[in-house]
Amino acid sequence: MNLQQIIERLELDLLTDSRDFTLIHPEGGYTSDLLSCVMAGAKSKYLWVTLQAHLNIVAVASLLDVAAVIITENAKPDAATIAKANEQGMILLSTSMPSFEVDGKLWEMGIRS
Amino acid sequence: MSPNRIRTEQEIHGRRGRPITDQDAHEINRVEELSYDLKIHEVMSKNLHTASPDISLSDVLKILRVNRISGVPVVEDEKLVGVISIEDIVRALQNNDLTETVGQYMTRELVTVSNFESIVKAMQTFAEKHVGRLPVVNEEKKLVGMITKGDITRGILVALQKDYKEEEVRRYRASHLFEDIISDRTTLVLRYNIKAQNFTLGGTASSNIKRALLRLGADAQIARRCGIAVYEAEMNLIIHTTRGGILKLEVEPHRITMSTTDDGPGIPDVHQVLQPGYSTATDQVREMGFGAGMGLVNIKRCVDSMELESTVGKGTKLIMRIHVPAENFNGRKEG
Repeated sequence: MNLQQIIERLELDLLTDSRDFTLIHPEGGYTSDLLSCVMAGAKSKYLWVTLQAHLNIVAVASLLDVAAVIITENAKPDAATIAKANEQGMILLSTSMPSFEVDGKLWEMGIRS
Repeated sequence: MSPNRIRTEQEIHGRRGRPITDQDAHEINRVEELSYDLKIHEVMSKNLHTASPDISLSDVLKILRVNRISGVPVVEDEKLVGVISIEDIVRALQNNDLTETVGQYMTRELVTVSNFESIVKAMQTFAEKHVGRLPVVNEEKKLVGMITKGDITRGILVALQKDYKEEEVRRYRASHLFEDIISDRTTLVLRYNIKAQNFTLGGTASSNIKRALLRLGADAQIARRCGIAVYEAEMNLIIHTTRGGILKLEVEPHRITMSTTDDGPGIPDVHQVLQPGYSTATDQVREMGFGAGMGLVNIKRCVDSMELESTVGKGTKLIMRIHVPAENFNGRKEG
């Protein structure tokens, strides 16, 4: 399962720059809005599903080297956050779905933790 | 792609029409870039075999055979007048005409490229004219070389090889720092001043530390553990201190020591803050996802030893150590 398929199936909005998402293969997923829990639980190449949309998610995502961050319930990061994510090569995706629904769909697609 | 087209902004500044980031620079097809950077005169063969129009085709055949080439430019009075190739000679063979002169059978329709053009121009001309070799001329239209697809391939390979070597040397220098500098004890110290309440910069020092460790050749797993530990420590300085503090990284071949020092407010009960879930963060900070009460717990999990000392009213010192297995800072990288 590559990120392009996930973006299409979940109809996620891309907030950061486009690139070839078929080359990115997420190896699992983790959901939490508590950054320290993410630090402990999300592994590298995981999808991180969160409601948080502020600048610090970029540092967390980049330190953990996650595959992408899926920001739920239409929470929108500001321009500085998106710019920082682009600078660090992080992918930010957005959806109106709540985290629970996103997780369910990812699980159905075979993404496990 | 038409031959004389001016390169678009996108092609010059990155394929996605924005300034090139580190990530992109990595992804841009280097061969594509080289086809613009490399000039024809850098890859063409200058060791020229030429024929004059009045020699016989059997003499040309000898030149081709001896030099293992499939065609030569025809020059008369220092002027390029045509090209004679195996295909032309095959035509002559069909007429049993090998005693005829080059002038009779050569291709007079001249397609040339100029020496200061990019190799992409030669590649386009090969494709458009269905030819395998092109005479290269200078500004005075004088023949200065020949270019074939093989020359282009070789030129690109040589350039890539050079890139690769430079990258190797760069990596080598950083990752062999500790071997190259001889002392009884070498320590590389990196210091970061962390400001209190500056959430905008939160995690910057940690990201820089992780990158530095990777550059020094640290194992990816060790760099990750350091990154997580130092991030939690950095956020603690931002969230909980009165005036910020100093984050310090000391790298030795066998050990990485990370520490934070601040001058207040201090922790009343250090055992309590080590309990998972215990947090003194404000609601505002919790809303941002901090204050889970897991920071120090995470640190403990990532490092080999952790010391926390604090005096209320004076400040806190946190020391974290990770042991580096032998042979780790040698540029080897793992999963």
